[in-house]
Amino acid sequence: MTEPVAEPPVPQGPVAVLTQVEKTYHLDSISVPVIRGVNILVRHACFTVLLGPSGSGKTTLLNMIGCIDKPDKGEIIVADRKVGEMTDDDLSDFRAKNIGFIFQNFNLLPVLSAYENIEYPMLLAGVSEKKRADRVPKLLEAVGLADRAKNLPGQLSGGQRQRVAIARALALKPKLVIADEPTANLDSQTGQAILSLMRHMVDRYQISFIFSSHDPEVIKSADDTIFLKDGLIQAIRRKGQGDAP
Amino acid sequence: MMTLNLAVRNLLRNRRRSLGTLVAMSIGCAAILLFGGFSGNINYEMLTRIVQRGGHLQIQHRDFYLYGSGNPTAYGISDYTKILEAIQKDEVLQKMVVVVTPTLQFGGIAGNYAASVSRTVIGNGFVAADINKMRQWNDFGLRSKAPVSPLEGTSPDSAVVGIGVARVLQLCEALKIERCPKPEIGKTTDGAALPDDIAQLSVLETTGAAQNPATSSRMVEVLVVNSKGAPNVTSLEVIRAEDQGVKELDEIAVIMHLSKIQQLVYGKSPPKVTSIMIQLRHTDQIPAATARLTPILAAFSSTQPLAVQDLRTLNPFYVQSIQMFDTIFGFVFVLIGAIVLFTVSNTMNTAVVERTVEIGTLRAIGLRRAGIRRLFVTEGALLGVCGAVLGVVLSFAVSALVNSLDIPWIPPSTVEPVPLTILVAGETRMIVGTTLGLICIAIISAWWPAYRAAELKVVEALRHV
Repeated sequence: MTEPVAEPPVPQGPVAVLTQVEKTYHLDSISVPVIRGVNILVRHACFTVLLGPSGSGKTTLLNMIGCIDKPDKGEIIVADRKVGEMTDDDLSDFRAKNIGFIFQNFNLLPVLSAYENIEYPMLLAGVSEKKRADRVPKLLEAVGLADRAKNLPGQLSGGQRQRVAIARALALKPKLVIADEPTANLDSQTGQAILSLMRHMVDRYQISFIFSSHDPEVIKSADDTIFLKDGLIQAIRRKGQGDAP
Repeated sequence: MMTLNLAVRNLLRNRRRSLGTLVAMSIGCAAILLFGGFSGNINYEMLTRIVQRGGHLQIQHRDFYLYGSGNPTAYGISDYTKILEAIQKDEVLQKMVVVVTPTLQFGGIAGNYAASVSRTVIGNGFVAADINKMRQWNDFGLRSKAPVSPLEGTSPDSAVVGIGVARVLQLCEALKIERCPKPEIGKTTDGAALPDDIAQLSVLETTGAAQNPATSSRMVEVLVVNSKGAPNVTSLEVIRAEDQGVKELDEIAVIMHLSKIQQLVYGKSPPKVTSIMIQLRHTDQIPAATARLTPILAAFSSTQPLAVQDLRTLNPFYVQSIQMFDTIFGFVFVLIGAIVLFTVSNTMNTAVVERTVEIGTLRAIGLRRAGIRRLFVTEGALLGVCGAVLGVVLSFAVSALVNSLDIPWIPPSTVEPVPLTILVAGETRMIVGTTLGLICIAIISAWWPAYRAAELKVVEALRHV
């Protein structure tokens, strides 16, 4: 009698692929090119950092990967779907199922408790009450806020709010979590703790995180680091692979 | 449920603003309902008086309504007793009819021989007992009651006249009518010369009134043209003067027993009447009663064309008054509706501006545009519902307070002062209509801000400071 042979894990493709993406903002009569022909590949279950100074185009790039903004040129594929071909409602549904967001200012709904903020995306997606009741406490526990479930955002510290935001972003087990400078409004110690938590979540839930920062210290936590300047990629550094052009 | 829950919490989040909007809405709603309740009560008062005086329906000669005022007796209904009997025996009408009674209108001249004054009058002959029965009709439960006709139980020669008739015929003193000044005219003419002695003049002043037959007698003479064209005169004892509510009517009205005026007009010929008044239990029975009367009257129409006139046709002033109050009510509603529209719209616009980042967040985490619209419209609708309900409660309280004060006033076409009444409780149609109307306005007010919120670009909303 032979033992069943375990199937080898199927290698996962990239979560997001950006090809020759361009974006220009028009301020009155002035056109400001923000992203200028960028090609990026966001790997599955990797902690990717967009690094660059203010105005380098980090947030714009994140917005386009997060499907809340569209490029003027180029193609964006997220979770195997071409973003440019989707309608606004399709994009909303797509974001709800595939993308989690963590914002610099936490952006929690002030009238909902920590528990309800985490539960809200699940309600939007029509997750059953039983599943919600099962998953939300686990997420609260994972971010270390099990005892703060009933607190409103106003009753939480900055770090705690960001933890709730992380739990909310993970509520529907998305393929990709977008975090725009998630530690910018936190002190360095809390910021470090949030980074560690996000790193932990990547490893635990096998979810891709991509976040922006202008703090070179975050490179230590990242799997991939994309250096951005003036809307152009300066370098891409993948852990264990060195710099890519 | 999720949207409703979120909407409620968002409204509670800015309590002061929500409360301000609710107060504005509830006061507006209460104002509409109170005015509606006031005008509704006037409607009931007028309708009740009309039904008490003339019933809901009148059977008349087809041309009496248009031409009868010139020569009423020319449009008399013959065999009216048979018509009365047919109506009273009809099984369907029995359930609807309270009173069915004949009346005869006439034109003539009334004079006070002793005072050497006379005037043209339009009179009515009634069955007094029926008239008093009609005056008890109070389908709307009004607090005011119509005065009992003094004709019942009096001799056939008794009559009631309008205050204006009594004044002109110089019956004020005999009938003890207050505020009835004597005319200046005629005081200085054809009287005897006054004595030179002041003492003798004083004696005349004190005893003159009591001895003056012109002012102490309550007898009047009425001249009418009988059915054969000849003049006929009778003496009547005026037992009371009644205010008819309208000056024009007050100055010509003479009310007397039907039998007496029939005797005067038709003599020994078969008596006729000009109308058969029918009072129903409820006003909404008019169409059914009219439909039932048509075949009954057909049996009597071979020799005389008969028609059934309803109270709206017979009382155009009532219709005009109600239309006027309805128009004012509509105007008040539109005015207050506009205030509510701007108040709610302003509240929702402010909420959209304040919550722009929140809108961006909701959109980013997957809420569709329609979801954003639904959220803000729900908030507007909630404001509308709460404001309208509070308004209804407020109007109930204010109307109860006003009604308890018994403030006297005289509504249009009413003679006696009645307690000021605002009917809100029980006016389901008005309450539901006003409430739904204001909720719709609140929803419409919220729609535009909600649309604007939904159309915000996610990125721009998230960037909003």
